[in-house]
Amino acid sequence: MADGSKTKTFIVTRFDPDRHEAPTTETYEVPVRERWKVLDALNYIKDELDPTLSHRWSCRMAVCGSCGMNVNGEPKLTCKTSLAEYGDTVRVEPLANFPVVRDLVVELDGFMDKFRAVKPWIIKAKERAVEEGPHRQSPEELEVFRQFSMCINCMLCYAACPVVANEPEFLGPAAIALGHRYNEDSRDEGARERNRIFRGEGTIFSCSYANECSEVCPKHVDPAAAINQAKFRAVLDWAASFVTSGPREE
Amino acid sequence: MEIFRHDLVVVGGGGAGLRAAIAAAESDPAARIALVSKVYPMRSHTVSAEGGAAAVARPDDSFEQHAYDTVKGSDFLADQDVVEYFVHEAPGELTRLEHWGCPWSRNEDGTVATRAFGGMATKRTWFAADKVGFHMLHTLFQHSLRFEGIVRYDEYFAVKLLVEEGRVQGVLALDVRTGELVVFAAPSTLLCTGGAGKAFPFTTNGNIKTGDGMALAYRAGVPLKDMEFVQYHPTGLPGTGILITEAARGEGGYLRNADGERFLVTRDYGVGTKAELGPRDMISRAIILEIEAGRGVQGEDGEYVLLDLTHLGEEKINTRLPFVRELALTYAGVDPVREPIPIRPVVHYMMGGIDVNIDGATDLPGLYAAGEAACVSLNGANRLGSNSLTECMVFGARSGLAALRFAREAGGVDEARLRARAEESREGVESRRGRKAGTVRISELRRRLNATMEKGCGVYRDEERMQETVATIAELRPLLSEIALEDDSRVFNTEVVAALELENLFDVAEAVAGAALARKESRGAHARRDYPNRDDQNYLHHSLVYHDPSRPRLATKPVALGRFQPEERKY
Repeated sequence: MADGSKTKTFIVTRFDPDRHEAPTTETYEVPVRERWKVLDALNYIKDELDPTLSHRWSCRMAVCGSCGMNVNGEPKLTCKTSLAEYGDTVRVEPLANFPVVRDLVVELDGFMDKFRAVKPWIIKAKERAVEEGPHRQSPEELEVFRQFSMCINCMLCYAACPVVANEPEFLGPAAIALGHRYNEDSRDEGARERNRIFRGEGTIFSCSYANECSEVCPKHVDPAAAINQAKFRAVLDWAASFVTSGPREE
Repeated sequence: MEIFRHDLVVVGGGGAGLRAAIAAAESDPAARIALVSKVYPMRSHTVSAEGGAAAVARPDDSFEQHAYDTVKGSDFLADQDVVEYFVHEAPGELTRLEHWGCPWSRNEDGTVATRAFGGMATKRTWFAADKVGFHMLHTLFQHSLRFEGIVRYDEYFAVKLLVEEGRVQGVLALDVRTGELVVFAAPSTLLCTGGAGKAFPFTTNGNIKTGDGMALAYRAGVPLKDMEFVQYHPTGLPGTGILITEAARGEGGYLRNADGERFLVTRDYGVGTKAELGPRDMISRAIILEIEAGRGVQGEDGEYVLLDLTHLGEEKINTRLPFVRELALTYAGVDPVREPIPIRPVVHYMMGGIDVNIDGATDLPGLYAAGEAACVSLNGANRLGSNSLTECMVFGARSGLAALRFAREAGGVDEARLRARAEESREGVESRRGRKAGTVRISELRRRLNATMEKGCGVYRDEERMQETVATIAELRPLLSEIALEDDSRVFNTEVVAALELENLFDVAEAVAGAALARKESRGAHARRDYPNRDDQNYLHHSLVYHDPSRPRLATKPVALGRFQPEERKY
C-alpha cells in the first residue's frame, strides 16, 4: 500500500451467548503499519470495520493486564506483541482455560476467588502503628520477593497451564506466586496460614512443573520458580509442625 | 431493576477509590461500602504511573519546603490550606502503604529510598523502581481484599447520579456483563474516576480515562474547577504517547535537541539551574519552542527531541529505570542504554476537576470526589510530578471518611423514588443499543473532538484557536445523538459503553475549552501567546464551569492564600 502499510488477515473468535450455541469466527482484512501490535489491529477492526467486536484493553503499555488473548494459539499480551512476529494470517481467540463472556472477553470470577484465597496482604501478629515509621528492609530482603511482586494479573499463565486445564480447583500460577510473594516478604508473618492453604484445598502440589507459565509471562515473574519454592517451604513448614510443640514464630 | 443497598458508593477503583474504601472500612467494620468500577480495580490507570510519590522523608527536608515547592509549582493557584494539610499527611500515608506491603526501593541501611523530581527542592519522591503506580495500586487492591465491608462491583459503568430531595441518594449503573441497569442506593457517593486525557488525540492516558465522574457531577449541577489547566508531560513517545517517566531525568537524564545541545542549560527557559528538573509546564514549553525554532528531529510521527540516558550506564538503568528500558525497546525500538529516546510533550493529567473542599465534599449534599477526578486545589495551575499519587492517598482517605460520616448523618434513601427516577432513565440508555439509524461512527466523532482539542488547547494557546475549538465542540455535540450503534447485544456491549464515554468526553472538553478561553493570562500550564504574562490583578482566582444545556456558565472562586505570597515564578 502507498502509505507503507500491508494487509494481514485476522481470524477472530466471535461469541455472543444470546445468539450463538458455540463460538464462531469472523475474518477481517486489516492494513497494518510497521510498528503495530496485535492490539492496534483489534482496535482498527473495532473502530473502522466492525464495532460489534468486544475486547478488553486500556493502558496499551503492558502494565494494566487487560488485553491478554490467545494469538495463533499462544497466550499473549496483545499490546506488547508485535505483528511483525506473524505472517499474513493471525488468529485471535479468547484466553484458553477460561469461560468466555463474549467474543474475546473471558470471565475472571474464578481467578478473583483464588487470588483472594491466598491472603495477598501483610499479616502481622500485631499491627504496626504509623508512628513507628516504615519497616527496615534491606535491598537484599526486597530482592527475595521483588520479582514475584511484578505480576500484572494478565492471566496468560492460566491460559498456558496444563494443570489449570484439567483441575479447575488448582490455585494456579499467578495466585500461588502472589501468596509466595507475601510469604517471602520480611515484613510478613503470615506464612504458616498461607502454607496451610497451599497444602489444603486447591493444592499447589498438582503443579507438574511444566514451566509453561514462566515461558508465557510477559513480566518475567517466573511463577514456576515461585511454585517450586512454595512447595518446598510448605512441606518444610508441615514437617516442622511435628518437631515443635505449640505455635512457632516464623 | 435491581437495587444494591449500601452506606457508601465509591465509583472508581484506582488509587483514590481504593484508599477511600479502605479508610471507610477501617473506621467502621460494619459499614457497607460498594466499590463500583468499569474495570477490575487492578486495571485502573493508577497502574501506569511510573516515577514516584512525594512525601518529606529526609532530615534535610521540611514540610515548609514541600509546601513552598507545591505552591510555586502551582503558579500560586493552589489553595494553601489544602497544601499544608497535604504535606503533613503525606509521610504517614506512604508509610501506611509500606506497612501494607508496597515494595518501596530501599537504601543500603534498609530505609526507604527517595529520588529527585521536577520542581522539588530535594529528594522526596518515594519510589519502587519505575513502576510506582503499579505497585501502589496492587498493594491497595490486595490490602482492600481483607475487608468484608468492601463489596466489589467489577465492570459496572456509572451512568447517572440519582438526586432526590436535593441530595445524591444513589447511582444508576450499567452492568456491562449482562447489559442490565442497576441502582446503587446509598446516602453518600464518592467519585474517584480519574481524569479525561482521552479528550485529546495524543495522551499518556489509557483508554478508560474518559472523565466519567467529572461528567456525572457536571450534569448534576456541580461545577468543574480550573479545567483549563491541562498538564502536558514533557516526555511521551511520539506516535503512541506512552509515558517515559520524569524519574528518567530525576536519575540524571538529559534533554537534547537535534544538535545534541542540552537546551535547558544553554538557553533561558526560566528553569535556571534546575535544568531538566524544572517543572513540567516550563519544560514542555521549552520543547515546543525548540521544535518551532527548527531544532527538533523529524520523525514519521512528527518532530521530537531526545531524552538521553546513555551516560547513566546499564546497571543504573536496569535497577532504577527498568520499565523505561522495556517501554523504549518495545514501543520505540530504542535501547536507552545505547541511544537517546525520542520524546515530545503529551497530554498527561487534568489539574482541574470536580470542585470539592478539603473533605472532598461538593456543594451537592451526598456527593464527594477525590483523586484526579476532583479538584481539591492542591495542584493549581501546574502539578508537580509525584504529588498526585500521594494526593490519591491523602485525599482518598479523608474523603472516604468524610463521605461515610455524611452517610451516617444523612440517614436513609427513598428507594421508591430512586427506582422511579432510574426507570425514567432506562429508555435513554437502552435505546442506544443497536441504534443503527445513525449517521456518524463513534471513532469518527471522537477523532473530530480530539483534533479540535489538540488545536485549541495545546501547550500554547491563543484567542482565535480557542474560539474555534469552543465553536467546533458546540457544532459537533448534536452529532452525539446521531451516532450509529451497530451492536445490539446485551452482553458485554463495549460499543454502548464507548458511546457513553464519548458523551462524557464532550462535557469535559466543553469545560476545558470554555475555561481556557475565559482566562486571558498565562499561568502554569495555561500558556497564551496573546497574553504571555501572569495577571494576578485580574486572574488570581479559580475558574468554575457550570453545565447548561444551551452553553456552559462560567464563574470564579477565590484562591486560599497562606504564608506564601504570589511572586515571580522563576527557578
